Amino acid sequence: MELTRMTAAELSAALEAREVSATEVTRAHLNRIAAVDDRVHAFLHLAADSALEQAAAIDDKRHNNEPLSPLAGVPVAVKDVFATKGLPTTCGSRILEGWHPPYDATITTRLKQAGAIILGKTNMDEFAMGSSTENSAYGPSRNPWDLDKIPGGSSGGSSAAVAAYEAPLAIGTDTGGSIRQPAAVCGIVGTKPTYGGSSRYGVVAFASSLDTPGPFGRTVLDAALLHEAMSGHDPMDSTSIDAPVPPVVAAAREADVSGMRIGVVTELGGEGYQPGVLARFAESVELLESLGAKVSEVSCPHFRYALPAYYLIAPSECSSNLARFDAMRYGLRVGDDGTRDAEEVMALTREQGFGAEVKRRIILGAYALSSGYYDAYYGKAQQVRTLIIRDFDAAFGQVDVLVSPSTPTTAFRIGERADDPMAMYLADLCTIPSDLAGNAAISVPCGLADEDGLPVGLQVMAPAMADDRLYRVAAAAEAALTGRWGHPLLAEAKGVSR
Amino acid sequence: MPITRDEVAHLARLSRIALSDAELDHLAPQLDQIITAVAQVQEVAAEGIPPTSHATGLTNVYRDDEPTPCLTPEEALDQAPAVEQQRFKVPRILGED
Repeated sequence: MELTRMTAAELSAALEAREVSATEVTRAHLNRIAAVDDRVHAFLHLAADSALEQAAAIDDKRHNNEPLSPLAGVPVAVKDVFATKGLPTTCGSRILEGWHPPYDATITTRLKQAGAIILGKTNMDEFAMGSSTENSAYGPSRNPWDLDKIPGGSSGGSSAAVAAYEAPLAIGTDTGGSIRQPAAVCGIVGTKPTYGGSSRYGVVAFASSLDTPGPFGRTVLDAALLHEAMSGHDPMDSTSIDAPVPPVVAAAREADVSGMRIGVVTELGGEGYQPGVLARFAESVELLESLGAKVSEVSCPHFRYALPAYYLIAPSECSSNLARFDAMRYGLRVGDDGTRDAEEVMALTREQGFGAEVKRRIILGAYALSSGYYDAYYGKAQQVRTLIIRDFDAAFGQVDVLVSPSTPTTAFRIGERADDPMAMYLADLCTIPSDLAGNAAISVPCGLADEDGLPVGLQVMAPAMADDRLYRVAAAAEAALTGRWGHPLLAEAKGVSR
Repeated sequence: MPITRDEVAHLARLSRIALSDAELDHLAPQLDQIITAVAQVQEVAAEGIPPTSHATGLTNVYRDDEPTPCLTPEEALDQAPAVEQQRFKVPRILGED
């Protein structure tokens, strides 16, 4: 079998059985990237040399019968928001062009310790603000199903890389849906773990109370393997939860929903949703019921205020976090010609270094936090956040997981919403509630919309630190759907030829 | 109109972003539209509801105060736009007088 078509679990087994070497696996993926990435543009920086060095080191260890973890020798693509020592980390921004972090993010370290081979850094909306990668200063990535469509965002380089078989696995971050939405529109699996379940240390901050690193894979089991490897308590992140990682891999293997109580969220559907999305979602729910789940409808009345609350909370945190880009200690510096003072240099640098969406959000955040408006905007949004958490608490008193479509529509055309912020923001309508509540959610492919033949995602949401339930439900749906289709959904993607 | 062009210019100055006039013309109406939309949160009856700033419920998390290796001066200064005498060199921060 072609190495780039294999899942991470299959590669892991083949490596373990010594049917293939890590060097061969790595070369195959680097060749695939060379063949297709000029069209997909998933990567901002390739790490070919260090990847091959890492692979050779794994092969030596295996040769010497040293103990290795399941991901040893399996390639992974890393969103360009994770600090990687020796590799550029730009966050899709001009202000960090050419910046080389002096340290690794905790998750980068964990991937290296697990022996995963870092292929390179993937494209993203600037500082993770966006749903399409069109806000990247380095040009958009493209959807492997249709190169004229967006791959989602902000982690769209990661989703495109996995969907185009450039990497079996990738990591991203989810602040308002930035893992689940790109996974949904690219027809792959993506998880937002419980907030605090995966470390933020060394992840360039956008909205600190929301940012959550998580995995992408082509199968639910692959996502679970990466989830397990990257997660767990980190003393370097004061919001990290000091508890064992939920048993996500075991749950993905069990894939059993019999007796589980599944709630369909009334408020996440209906008007404004693409008919093909609603049709595939309804079929998925029926399928889960046929597998033995008990399905009911659950109302979460405050979810309709999640989007406005998010677009006050996230910009407020961003306006504070991005103050660190001051042109003094690292990154771009513009206009330092001896005539200007530090504040003028800062203002010129930030003007030239930030793109339009980042500027919009910084100014919006400054507005929401300013005296006179604070109570009406930021303060009110924080209260709405409490009400959304209470909606979840009430719902999880009745059911084990909640389900909804992952996105209201399939992938839209590049350029279609680029200068219409409110239209772009709607892409995260279904994903934002879980970010505000800090609980766990996954998107798993559930078919193609009839109108456009593009992938639809099923979202499953679970209480904080019950991430294993996501994998149980998603794996059951995946097994039943793949059985019905006769092949993985991604086999139908035609945007990138072999 | 919840936000005027002048207010956007003021907030940009506070945020240390030297917006051009053309950008102000473009951004101000967009921000006005966004703020009108997010103002929906004000419809919610939230009297007496405590605010949530983060969802974990963790407070005052400390790690052990133990010395560990850290960046060398060379590493810390390696990515600086300008360096002098093992320090970050910055533009003047005080006025002439």
